[in-house]
Amino acid sequence: MTAPIAMPAKAETPFRRLVSEFLEDKLAVVGAVVLTLILLVALFAPLISPQNPYDLSKLDILDSRLPPGSKSMDGITFWLGTDGQGRDMLSGIFYGLRTSLAVGVFSGVLAMMVGMALGLTAAYVGGRTETLIMRLVDLQLSFPTILIALILLAVLGQGVGKIILALVIVQWAYYARTIRGTALVERRREYVEAAICLGLSKARIIFGHILPNCMPPMIVIGTVQVAGAIALEATLSFLGIGLPITEPSLGLLIANGFEYLLSGKYWISFFPGIALLVTIISINLVGDQLRDVLNPRLKR
Amino acid sequence: MTGYAGPTLEVRDLKTHFFTRAGVVKAVDGVSFEIGKGRILGLVGESGSGKSITGFSILGLVDPPGRVVDGEIRFKGENLVDQPDERLRAIRGNRIAMIFQDPMMTLNPVLRIDTQMIEAVQAHHDVSADEARRRARDALGRVGIPSPDERLKAYPHQFSGGMRQRVAIAIALLNNPELIIADEPTTALDVTIQGQILYEVQKLCRETGTSLIWITHDLSVVAGLADHICVMYAGKLAESGPVDAVLDRPLHPYTKGLLGSVPSRNKRGSPLAQIPGMTPSLMNLPEGCPFADRCPRVQADCREAVPPMIEILPGRLARCIHPHLEDQA
Amino acid sequence: MTVFMVRRLMQSVVVLLVMSVIVFLGVFAIGNPVDILISPDADQLERERAIRALGLDRPLWEQYFVFLANAVRGDLGRSFVFNEPALRLIFERMPATLELAGTAVVLSLIIGIPLGLYAGLRPQAATSKGIMAGSIVGFSLPTFWQGLMFIMIFAVMLGWLPSTGRGQVGSFLGIKSSLFTRDGLAHVILPAANLALGNAALIIRLTRAGVRETLLQDYIKFARAKGLSPRRVVGVHVLRNILIPLVTVLGLEIAGLIAFAVVTESIFAWPGMGKLIIDSINQLDRPVMVAYLMMIVLLFIVINLIVDILYSVIDPRVRLQDVKG
Repeated sequence: MTAPIAMPAKAETPFRRLVSEFLEDKLAVVGAVVLTLILLVALFAPLISPQNPYDLSKLDILDSRLPPGSKSMDGITFWLGTDGQGRDMLSGIFYGLRTSLAVGVFSGVLAMMVGMALGLTAAYVGGRTETLIMRLVDLQLSFPTILIALILLAVLGQGVGKIILALVIVQWAYYARTIRGTALVERRREYVEAAICLGLSKARIIFGHILPNCMPPMIVIGTVQVAGAIALEATLSFLGIGLPITEPSLGLLIANGFEYLLSGKYWISFFPGIALLVTIISINLVGDQLRDVLNPRLKR
Repeated sequence: MTGYAGPTLEVRDLKTHFFTRAGVVKAVDGVSFEIGKGRILGLVGESGSGKSITGFSILGLVDPPGRVVDGEIRFKGENLVDQPDERLRAIRGNRIAMIFQDPMMTLNPVLRIDTQMIEAVQAHHDVSADEARRRARDALGRVGIPSPDERLKAYPHQFSGGMRQRVAIAIALLNNPELIIADEPTTALDVTIQGQILYEVQKLCRETGTSLIWITHDLSVVAGLADHICVMYAGKLAESGPVDAVLDRPLHPYTKGLLGSVPSRNKRGSPLAQIPGMTPSLMNLPEGCPFADRCPRVQADCREAVPPMIEILPGRLARCIHPHLEDQA
Repeated sequence: MTVFMVRRLMQSVVVLLVMSVIVFLGVFAIGNPVDILISPDADQLERERAIRALGLDRPLWEQYFVFLANAVRGDLGRSFVFNEPALRLIFERMPATLELAGTAVVLSLIIGIPLGLYAGLRPQAATSKGIMAGSIVGFSLPTFWQGLMFIMIFAVMLGWLPSTGRGQVGSFLGIKSSLFTRDGLAHVILPAANLALGNAALIIRLTRAGVRETLLQDYIKFARAKGLSPRRVVGVHVLRNILIPLVTVLGLEIAGLIAFAVVTESIFAWPGMGKLIIDSINQLDRPVMVAYLMMIVLLFIVINLIVDILYSVIDPRVRLQDVKG
């Protein structure tokens, strides 16, 4: 018997190959590292902030609008300066990251669940239900996200819950459409036929077999969507119709600093802006490389 | 180059290798042949034998990570290997033309037929669009496409498969090339159309004196068409010689195996003869003859070194140290 | 072709009706329509008069038809803040927004397509990697932050360009636009660039992806086998094919630009529809919100229609589906 095509020395599981292909792009690795850092910061914000910016008793109006590097009355260094109320920018950014990430990730995950539920239903039940759901998806996707958010907030009013609801409504359609497409393709594959022949129940087939195979595109979309949700929330907060002042996100911080921009006190808007940027860019870098790695059409 | 008396194309020891992450794939590893004016050469092999890559190598169309690493390709005496791209471009589509396998994929779907034909003319001749269009119309006529004027204005998807391939042939003929390389042009078509196209191509070549290399995996196609045949296996030539001699009295065991496995040659009711085993990986070629593991006549000395390609009988070469001499009348 | 057009038109009408129902429900059914339609400063007597006049005491479906009839006639209520018909307010502001969005579209195409082409043709070059990294930054940056940075750098630190407002309006062939005056151009550059950047980044990525996929196709190899110059191969064969995915998203892109103008107009104090809607949301000027929504929907439908027509022009397979040789 002839020797078959040469096999690489160590058996490569698909996951390992994914990871090694992912690591090929230096930028994506940087993005992943930065992202992890940011997540840690957000998680441990209360522990690592020099000051709790929302404890009104600690604030001193005399500390306000100090440039980066100045010292306060109590001897704390304001590494990134202070804002109009005397809050330490660095702490503000840590807490703001926390809020922004929390809202972004939470709404993203929720939207994914809603989208998956509706998308899978459309793929399986078919018929009128499918048409209805998909028309709704098409209608919604033909509108820019910011517009939908504006309308929803105008109708619903303000508040954290309403913002999250608006973000979920803005995002679900994209997940639904993707998973329906993937599910339809997967449904025709041989392993599903095999599972049916084995007599597995429909639910078992859908959740145990098809769903895992739909996950790769969902993950890719998920990363990009979360980045988009964070950006959208920041934009809404900046415009004054987003999160209330009691739960300041980075968007609100930036808005607060807008008025000082023209007088040269750039740091009040600039640093929260950088934090926002770095967060979004790293998520996008990771998501980008994931997309290239998981795309079957670009196999080299 | 005027008055060149030698063969139209001479390929000497051509080697085209692909440098991939997993290793070096020796797709074409020392192929030599020549073809004279107006002659038809059949280049036969199974998929993965390197025949298509040989065709691409001649025109310098091998995409990275592959490239021609050794050998000579003499077109009317001029070596095409390592020539700058401008020189090759002047030859492509002009003096050497190529026909690809699947015409649906080779014609640009969003451009009209006349655009794609006119540009082929204007790339090489300084003529007006009207003159180019006239030539295109003539070419379509020569390949038997009715109402060419309307056809010119159409898009590729409006043609049937057979028509599209005729268009591809017409494009190849536009600038009256001296050599046409046809890479499995009838594989994607059904048998009746295949027959027509074969006949017409042969007629055209005889009429115009154009040399033709016909690349295929189908021996029956070559039988009625070619003058000379080269059989490729695992990136090297296994056998080469006049077509009737090779097909009636093959020297190389691989050629014999191929002929034996053609369904029409097998007796009805008996199991189809097959060559056992699989082609070796082109990344990991064995030390000796690449066909050794599948050969019914294999002996110990076959595995020691790659057999050289030698002229066993006048005009007939084979890469085998135990060829089927007993069949030669 | 006409069948196609008629079908699309009918679809558009359906969409318009659906949107009108949604908007109607949003305003008249959810929330207190009294608060929405009657200025909050009105006293009890005025309220009752207004309720009767507006027909708010009638059944819902009857109110819907009244709403629809009014809408068709162009009456979408009066603004609380400006006390003018809401639709007229929108129309006054629309040219400014269209001007901004139009400039942004052109800018993003001019920047995006060439850069994307380059990145697709030479993916390994350092410049290409730079372009791709830049594009990630481009669409990651929220529009409002880009705008802030533009103001900070170009207006405050460098002082090259004005930071707010629209410039002087000039006239050309009967059309009024601030693009025709030098002052106008100076004012429009920053906001248009702000809007355009995110879009340009997307176009770069789309173009690059399209180029990479197209280059792998057999017809490109065939074009080279015909001896065509690289310029022709790229300029004609590649370009025509990547236009298809570009046009497909173009409709959504332009719609996005008009929507995101909301942000840019707020930052740069550009007197367009976007600024109007943000102010209206903050001031709870609902009639204006309703009018804005209906106008936007109409605009989107028109844009999508134009894009569909463009699409069938570019891709002959779509156009000639029914004709077979």
